[in-house]
Amino acid sequence: MNVKHYVEDKVIVFEITEDLDHHVTEKIRRRADYEIQRFMPKRVILDFNRVVFMDSAGIGLVIGRYKTTCCYGGKLEIANVSTKLRRIFEMSGILKIIPIISSDKEAVNE
Amino acid sequence: MNKIIKNEMKLEFLSKSNNESFARIAVACFASQIDPTIEEVADIKTSVSEAVTNAIIHAYPNGEGIVKVVAKLYEDEIEIEISDTGIGISDIEEAKEPLYTTKSGLERSGMGFTIMESFMDSLKVESIVGLGTKISMRKKIKNKEVSLSSSTYEIK
Repeated sequence: MNVKHYVEDKVIVFEITEDLDHHVTEKIRRRADYEIQRFMPKRVILDFNRVVFMDSAGIGLVIGRYKTTCCYGGKLEIANVSTKLRRIFEMSGILKIIPIISSDKEAVNE
Repeated sequence: MNKIIKNEMKLEFLSKSNNESFARIAVACFASQIDPTIEEVADIKTSVSEAVTNAIIHAYPNGEGIVKVVAKLYEDEIEIEISDTGIGISDIEEAKEPLYTTKSGLERSGMGFTIMESFMDSLKVESIVGLGTKISMRKKIKNKEVSLSSSTYEIK
Protein backbone atom coordinates (compact mmCIF):
# COMPACT_ATOMS: atom_id res chain seq x y z
CA MET A 1 0.00 0.00 0.00
CA ASN A 2 1.20 3.49 -0.86
CA VAL A 3 0.29 6.40 1.41
CA LYS A 4 0.07 9.90 -0.04
CA HIS A 5 -0.48 13.09 1.93
CA TYR A 6 -1.93 16.30 0.47
CA VAL A 7 -3.05 19.74 1.62
CA GLU A 8 -0.84 19.85 4.72
CA ASP A 9 -1.80 16.34 5.78
CA LYS A 10 -5.53 17.11 5.76
CA VAL A 11 -6.13 14.73 2.86
CA ILE A 12 -4.66 11.25 2.97
CA VAL A 13 -4.88 8.81 0.07
CA PHE A 14 -4.24 5.14 0.73
CA GLU A 15 -3.45 3.50 -2.57
CA ILE A 16 -4.00 -0.22 -2.13
CA THR A 17 -1.65 -2.20 -4.33
CA GLU A 18 -2.40 -5.80 -3.44
CA ASP A 19 -5.21 -8.33 -3.65
CA LEU A 20 -7.56 -7.76 -0.73
CA ASP A 21 -8.28 -10.79 1.43
CA HIS A 22 -8.34 -11.38 5.18
CA HIS A 23 -4.58 -12.04 5.30
CA VAL A 24 -3.66 -8.74 3.66
CA THR A 25 -6.25 -6.47 5.29
CA GLU A 26 -4.79 -7.03 8.77
CA LYS A 27 -1.60 -5.28 7.71
CA ILE A 28 -3.33 -2.47 5.81
CA ARG A 29 -5.73 -1.60 8.62
CA ARG A 30 -2.90 -1.20 11.15
CA ARG A 31 -0.96 1.13 8.87
CA ALA A 32 -4.03 3.15 7.85
CA ASP A 33 -5.30 3.59 11.41
CA TYR A 34 -1.85 4.75 12.52
CA GLU A 35 -1.82 7.48 9.85
CA ILE A 36 -5.42 8.56 10.55
CA GLN A 37 -4.87 8.78 14.31
CA ARG A 38 -1.64 10.68 13.85
CA PHE A 39 -2.77 13.29 11.31
CA MET A 40 -6.55 13.43 11.91
CA PRO A 41 -7.25 14.21 8.23
CA LYS A 42 -10.45 15.88 7.02
CA ARG A 43 -10.64 13.47 4.09
CA VAL A 44 -9.44 9.92 3.79
CA ILE A 45 -9.53 8.27 0.38
CA LEU A 46 -9.09 4.55 -0.20
CA ASP A 47 -7.91 4.15 -3.78
CA PHE A 48 -8.79 0.77 -5.35
CA ASN A 49 -7.26 1.48 -8.76
CA ARG A 50 -4.70 -1.32 -8.46
CA VAL A 51 -6.91 -3.87 -6.71
CA VAL A 52 -7.53 -6.79 -9.04
CA PHE A 53 -9.10 -9.14 -6.49
CA MET A 54 -11.22 -8.48 -3.43
CA ASP A 55 -13.43 -10.62 -1.20
CA SER A 56 -15.60 -9.65 1.78
CA ALA A 57 -12.49 -8.68 3.75
CA GLY A 58 -12.50 -5.51 1.63
CA ILE A 59 -15.94 -4.59 3.00
CA GLY A 60 -14.65 -5.00 6.55
CA LEU A 61 -11.63 -2.85 5.74
CA VAL A 62 -13.79 0.00 4.38
CA ILE A 63 -16.28 -0.11 7.28
CA GLY A 64 -13.43 -0.15 9.78
CA ARG A 65 -11.65 2.84 8.21
CA TYR A 66 -14.99 4.67 7.99
CA LYS A 67 -15.30 4.30 11.76
CA THR A 68 -11.74 5.43 12.52
CA THR A 69 -11.96 8.38 10.12
CA CYS A 70 -15.27 9.56 11.60
CA CYS A 71 -13.87 9.12 15.11
CA TYR A 72 -11.15 11.65 14.31
CA GLY A 73 -13.52 14.09 12.62
CA GLY A 74 -12.94 13.19 8.98
CA LYS A 75 -14.82 11.84 6.00
CA LEU A 76 -14.06 8.62 4.13
CA GLU A 77 -14.37 8.18 0.38
CA ILE A 78 -13.46 5.34 -1.95
CA ALA A 79 -11.97 5.86 -5.40
CA ASN A 80 -11.46 3.95 -8.66
CA VAL A 81 -13.85 1.12 -7.83
CA SER A 82 -14.20 -1.34 -10.74
CA THR A 83 -17.53 -2.97 -11.62
CA LYS A 84 -16.34 -6.23 -10.09
CA LEU A 85 -15.53 -4.58 -6.76
CA ARG A 86 -18.64 -2.43 -6.86
CA ARG A 87 -20.82 -5.55 -7.00
CA ILE A 88 -19.30 -6.75 -3.71
CA PHE A 89 -19.63 -3.35 -2.04
CA GLU A 90 -23.26 -3.06 -3.19
CA MET A 91 -24.21 -6.33 -1.48
CA SER A 92 -23.16 -4.95 1.89
CA GLY A 93 -25.09 -1.69 1.55
CA ILE A 94 -22.11 0.46 2.59
CA LEU A 95 -22.38 2.60 -0.56
CA LYS A 96 -25.36 4.30 1.08
CA ILE A 97 -23.01 5.99 3.54
CA ILE A 98 -19.66 5.98 1.75
CA PRO A 99 -19.34 7.96 -1.50
CA ILE A 100 -17.42 6.65 -4.52
CA ILE A 101 -15.32 9.23 -6.33
CA SER A 102 -14.01 8.56 -9.81
CA SER A 103 -10.38 9.37 -9.08
CA ASP A 104 -8.23 10.56 -6.21
CA LYS A 105 -7.11 13.48 -8.42
CA GLU A 106 -10.42 15.20 -7.64
CA ALA A 107 -9.47 15.40 -4.00
CA VAL A 108 -5.92 16.47 -4.60
CA ASN A 109 -6.67 19.33 -6.98
CA GLU A 110 -9.11 21.07 -4.69
CA MET B 1 -27.01 -36.09 -12.39
CA ASN B 2 -24.64 -38.81 -13.57
CA LYS B 3 -22.25 -36.48 -15.25
CA ILE B 4 -18.82 -37.56 -16.37
CA ILE B 5 -15.98 -36.08 -14.35
CA LYS B 6 -13.35 -34.65 -16.68
CA ASN B 7 -10.79 -33.98 -13.99
CA GLU B 8 -10.46 -33.84 -10.22
CA MET B 9 -7.98 -32.43 -7.72
CA LYS B 10 -7.44 -32.33 -3.98
CA LEU B 11 -5.50 -29.83 -1.90
CA GLU B 12 -4.71 -29.94 1.79
CA PHE B 13 -3.00 -27.17 3.70
CA LEU B 14 -2.65 -25.74 7.20
CA SER B 15 -5.20 -23.16 8.34
CA LYS B 16 -2.79 -20.25 7.90
CA SER B 17 -4.14 -17.03 6.42
CA ASN B 18 -1.38 -16.79 3.82
CA ASN B 19 -2.88 -19.90 2.19
CA GLU B 20 -6.02 -17.96 1.20
CA SER B 21 -4.47 -16.63 -1.99
CA PHE B 22 -2.81 -19.98 -2.71
CA ALA B 23 -6.15 -21.83 -2.53
CA ARG B 24 -8.14 -19.46 -4.74
CA ILE B 25 -5.40 -19.17 -7.37
CA ALA B 26 -4.94 -22.97 -7.47
CA VAL B 27 -8.68 -23.56 -7.98
CA ALA B 28 -8.89 -20.80 -10.61
CA CYS B 29 -5.96 -22.31 -12.57
CA PHE B 30 -7.52 -25.76 -12.38
CA ALA B 31 -10.92 -24.42 -13.52
CA SER B 32 -9.34 -22.84 -16.59
CA GLN B 33 -9.33 -26.31 -18.21
CA ILE B 34 -13.07 -26.04 -18.90
CA ASP B 35 -12.66 -22.61 -20.44
CA PRO B 36 -14.61 -20.29 -18.14
CA THR B 37 -15.06 -16.58 -18.87
CA ILE B 38 -13.08 -13.98 -16.91
CA GLU B 39 -16.21 -13.17 -14.90
CA GLU B 40 -16.79 -16.82 -14.04
CA VAL B 41 -13.18 -17.18 -12.86
CA ALA B 42 -13.55 -14.05 -10.71
CA ASP B 43 -16.75 -15.43 -9.13
CA ILE B 44 -15.05 -18.78 -8.39
CA LYS B 45 -11.98 -17.08 -6.89
CA THR B 46 -14.06 -14.87 -4.61
CA SER B 47 -16.24 -17.76 -3.42
CA VAL B 48 -13.24 -20.03 -2.72
CA SER B 49 -11.55 -17.20 -0.85
CA GLU B 50 -14.64 -16.71 1.34
CA ALA B 51 -15.03 -20.40 2.19
CA VAL B 52 -11.31 -20.96 2.85
CA THR B 53 -11.09 -17.80 4.98
CA ASN B 54 -14.06 -19.01 7.04
CA ALA B 55 -12.31 -22.33 7.68
CA ILE B 56 -9.05 -20.59 8.58
CA ILE B 57 -10.63 -18.06 10.94
CA HIS B 58 -13.32 -20.14 12.63
CA ALA B 59 -12.59 -23.86 12.45
CA TYR B 60 -9.55 -24.15 14.71
CA PRO B 61 -9.66 -21.59 17.54
CA ASN B 62 -7.02 -23.46 19.54
CA GLY B 63 -4.30 -23.66 16.94
CA GLU B 64 -3.98 -24.88 13.40
CA GLY B 65 -5.65 -27.68 11.51
CA ILE B 66 -6.05 -28.94 7.98
CA VAL B 67 -8.26 -27.29 5.38
CA LYS B 68 -9.14 -29.49 2.44
CA VAL B 69 -10.21 -28.32 -1.02
CA VAL B 70 -11.59 -30.70 -3.64
CA ALA B 71 -12.50 -29.50 -7.12
CA LYS B 72 -14.22 -31.55 -9.80
CA LEU B 73 -14.55 -30.47 -13.39
CA TYR B 74 -17.43 -31.54 -15.62
CA GLU B 75 -18.07 -30.63 -19.24
CA ASP B 76 -19.95 -27.46 -18.31
CA GLU B 77 -19.76 -27.21 -14.52
CA ILE B 78 -17.34 -26.98 -11.63
CA GLU B 79 -17.97 -28.46 -8.21
CA ILE B 80 -15.89 -27.31 -5.24
CA GLU B 81 -15.82 -28.73 -1.72
CA ILE B 82 -14.05 -26.96 1.12
CA SER B 83 -13.91 -28.84 4.39
CA ASP B 84 -12.28 -28.78 7.79
CA THR B 85 -12.31 -30.97 10.89
CA GLY B 86 -12.76 -28.08 13.28
CA ILE B 87 -15.36 -26.97 15.81
CA GLY B 88 -18.31 -26.89 13.41
CA ILE B 89 -21.21 -24.43 13.19
CA SER B 90 -24.04 -24.81 15.69
CA ASP B 91 -26.63 -22.74 13.80
CA ILE B 92 -26.02 -22.76 10.05
CA GLU B 93 -29.04 -20.59 9.19
CA GLU B 94 -27.85 -17.90 11.58
CA ALA B 95 -24.29 -18.09 10.21
CA LYS B 96 -25.62 -17.58 6.67
CA GLU B 97 -27.54 -14.39 7.59
CA PRO B 98 -26.07 -11.34 5.84
CA LEU B 99 -23.91 -9.26 8.23
CA TYR B 100 -23.89 -12.00 10.89
CA THR B 101 -20.40 -12.38 12.33
CA THR B 102 -18.82 -13.72 15.50
CA LYS B 103 -15.54 -11.99 14.74
CA SER B 104 -16.36 -8.28 14.54
CA GLY B 105 -13.07 -7.57 16.30
CA LEU B 106 -11.30 -8.92 13.23
CA GLU B 107 -13.45 -6.59 11.08
CA ARG B 108 -15.25 -9.47 9.44
CA SER B 109 -18.22 -8.09 7.56
CA GLY B 110 -20.45 -11.16 7.81
CA MET B 111 -20.96 -11.18 4.04
CA GLY B 112 -19.08 -14.40 3.21
CA PHE B 113 -22.03 -16.75 2.75
CA THR B 114 -24.06 -14.06 0.97
CA ILE B 115 -21.24 -13.63 -1.56
CA MET B 116 -20.85 -17.39 -2.07
CA GLU B 117 -24.60 -17.76 -2.57
CA SER B 118 -24.83 -15.02 -5.16
CA PHE B 119 -21.60 -15.81 -7.05
CA MET B 120 -22.17 -19.57 -7.33
CA ASP B 121 -25.21 -21.45 -8.68
CA SER B 122 -25.66 -23.59 -5.59
CA LEU B 123 -24.28 -23.70 -2.07
CA LYS B 124 -24.64 -26.44 0.53
CA VAL B 125 -23.36 -26.18 4.09
CA GLU B 126 -23.04 -29.29 6.23
CA SER B 127 -21.66 -29.09 9.74
CA ILE B 128 -21.46 -31.18 12.88
CA VAL B 129 -20.40 -29.43 16.07
CA GLY B 130 -17.04 -30.84 17.16
CA LEU B 131 -16.43 -32.71 13.91
CA GLY B 132 -16.17 -30.08 11.22
CA THR B 133 -17.78 -28.25 8.35
CA LYS B 134 -18.10 -28.93 4.64
CA ILE B 135 -19.09 -26.34 2.05
CA SER B 136 -20.11 -27.64 -1.37
CA MET B 137 -20.71 -25.27 -4.23
CA ARG B 138 -21.36 -25.57 -7.94
CA LYS B 139 -21.16 -23.23 -10.86
CA LYS B 140 -22.19 -23.72 -14.48
CA ILE B 141 -19.58 -22.71 -17.01
CA LYS B 142 -21.03 -21.38 -20.24
CA ASN B 143 -18.55 -23.00 -22.54
CA LYS B 144 -17.98 -20.74 -25.52
CA GLU B 145 -16.73 -23.38 -27.94
CA VAL B 146 -19.60 -25.79 -27.38
CA SER B 147 -22.31 -23.16 -27.92
CA LEU B 148 -20.52 -21.83 -30.99
CA SER B 149 -20.15 -25.21 -32.70
CA SER B 150 -23.70 -26.35 -31.90
CA SER B 151 -25.22 -23.19 -33.38
CA THR B 152 -23.14 -23.62 -36.56
CA TYR B 153 -24.39 -27.16 -36.77
CA GLU B 154 -28.03 -26.03 -36.55
CA ILE B 155 -27.62 -23.60 -39.42
CA LYS B 156 -26.39 -26.37 -41.69
